[in-house]
Amino acid sequence: MAPDLSVTLGSMTLPNPLIAASGCFGYGLEYEPVVDLSTLGGVVSKGLFMKERQGHPPPRIVETPAGMINAIGLQGIGVHRFVKEKLPLLNKAGARTFVNVCGTTLDEYVEVCKVLSQADGVVAIELNISCPNIKEGGIQFGCSLTGTYDVVSAVKKATHLPVIPKLTPNVTDVASFARAAEDAGADAVSLVNTFLAMAIDVETRRPKISNVLGGLSGPAIRPIAVRMVWECYQLVKIPIIGMGGITDARDAIEFMLAGATAVQIGTQNFVDPFVWSKVLAGLTDYMTRHDVSKISDLIGTFDPTPPKPVHA
Amino acid sequence: MPPLDIDATVMANARLSRDYSVLSLAAPEVGRRTAPGQFVMVKPAGVTDPLLRRPFSVFEVLRNSDGEVTGVSILNKRAGRSTNKLYELEPGDVVSCLGPLGVPFRAVAAPVEAWMVAGGVGLAPFATLAESLAASKTPSTLFYGARTAAELFHLEFFEQLGIKLVLTTEDGGHSVNRHCVKGRVTGPLEAALKNASPGDAAPSAVMVYACGPEPMLETVAKLAGRYNQPCQVSVERVMGCGLGGCYSCVVPVKHGDEHANLVRSCISGPVFDGAELVWD
Repeated sequence: MAPDLSVTLGSMTLPNPLIAASGCFGYGLEYEPVVDLSTLGGVVSKGLFMKERQGHPPPRIVETPAGMINAIGLQGIGVHRFVKEKLPLLNKAGARTFVNVCGTTLDEYVEVCKVLSQADGVVAIELNISCPNIKEGGIQFGCSLTGTYDVVSAVKKATHLPVIPKLTPNVTDVASFARAAEDAGADAVSLVNTFLAMAIDVETRRPKISNVLGGLSGPAIRPIAVRMVWECYQLVKIPIIGMGGITDARDAIEFMLAGATAVQIGTQNFVDPFVWSKVLAGLTDYMTRHDVSKISDLIGTFDPTPPKPVHA
Repeated sequence: MPPLDIDATVMANARLSRDYSVLSLAAPEVGRRTAPGQFVMVKPAGVTDPLLRRPFSVFEVLRNSDGEVTGVSILNKRAGRSTNKLYELEPGDVVSCLGPLGVPFRAVAAPVEAWMVAGGVGLAPFATLAESLAASKTPSTLFYGARTAAELFHLEFFEQLGIKLVLTTEDGGHSVNRHCVKGRVTGPLEAALKNASPGDAAPSAVMVYACGPEPMLETVAKLAGRYNQPCQVSVERVMGCGLGGCYSCVVPVKHGDEHANLVRSCISGPVFDGAELVWD
């Protein structure tokens, strides 16, 4: 019998745990020529405010060891154009669309979510309270326990859709933020967003990207992200969507063992846009080798017993 | 048609100078599908350093002695870690090659003349364009500038296609048997544009194609505008994915009285109408 890859996130059941991460997959449609969107567990849109945004001037990215720093600045078309122009095409493609919602104020988060609640085809809201690249809004909520609690509760009151705050790793204790989100009624949490970072051109002594600071992503951050997922898993009961530098099935499984119910793949889309079918095949292979019939049986089954000594 | 992602074997890596090489890749299907002006995303296969691929115009569509397409080449100039690694590759090494990508050059045909303007590594998209112009018997000129005559490459290739060459070097040095004007490539271009100012009967006698450093592109686009000639510009930007997913490679574009919008050069370019780009 084929292994069961489906996972349950609150009231949602996804055919598999692989979700495309916000900001790394355009509006999903950009990748339609190379990926059958219906084969993914879900697609998270680029972050959306009420209105269009131009984002930061280029250069917006710089490559770093096993990773990259970005400060795109949430360039986006705004929620109304998204609902009108993108959502119908995502529905047609069979995508399960999560929308990443941004706001400069608490009211804006609520208003954007109200618009999405009336749209056809949105499966969940991912609350972006963690983008490190814009001054106003977002991370100011995500870096304060009361801010996190307040924005999640306000949005929960405004929508029937599942609400999934995306947490920043740029705090001392990310698990306490997962707890604040849970207390406020969040249906799940996703983590981590990027790590605040910078890179200097030593020849010119100037920054390598125009915004000076940006967010670090890619394989370089994976061990820290895995640790943070595990910390959250021990403290909260709501499902966790884990992410940070996933490149293949082994990486995805590592997050699930640490406690993630589903995982997101971000930067690897830039490295290899054909990553999805490879990871799906890898998950099936792992389950066969380990005699696991349901992938959800792996969640949180990490065994902290110290490893046996390795002799060279 | 969706792009292909090929693990392409390096067939040759011809070092043209201490900085430039032509990297030939066994990717026949990519070659068959490539239109002049399109690009590929390339990095050594199976490594995380570099993590991301880099964009390169397809330099040549390679053919064997029977005329069958065997692959593509890229014109690589060492500028950083990634291009250094590509410069050092040897035949048999493997690179990840995604493509072809992007909007190609719009073609023209006689009686319109094609004027290609290349600065340094900006020669890259013009070998394939020159072949297509020669095939359509379009009268064509390549204005080509480099720092020194030693960095003017593939001149015989263009001459054999019947492309007229106008060469410039910043140091005034001459290529073997060929005169080079001292200075920037935009000097002779402006002189030629003055002479070609269209009469009433020929409202657009010339199509200008440009690729090279940003200041050169700005000058070419503005000169073309001043002399009322259409102009297509191939831009280069730091690019993450090549597919429109990351929004790294944006350029400001303006249509008429609209405010400028930042558009992705990977999917809306790399070729743009010179008149719609906003220069800052």
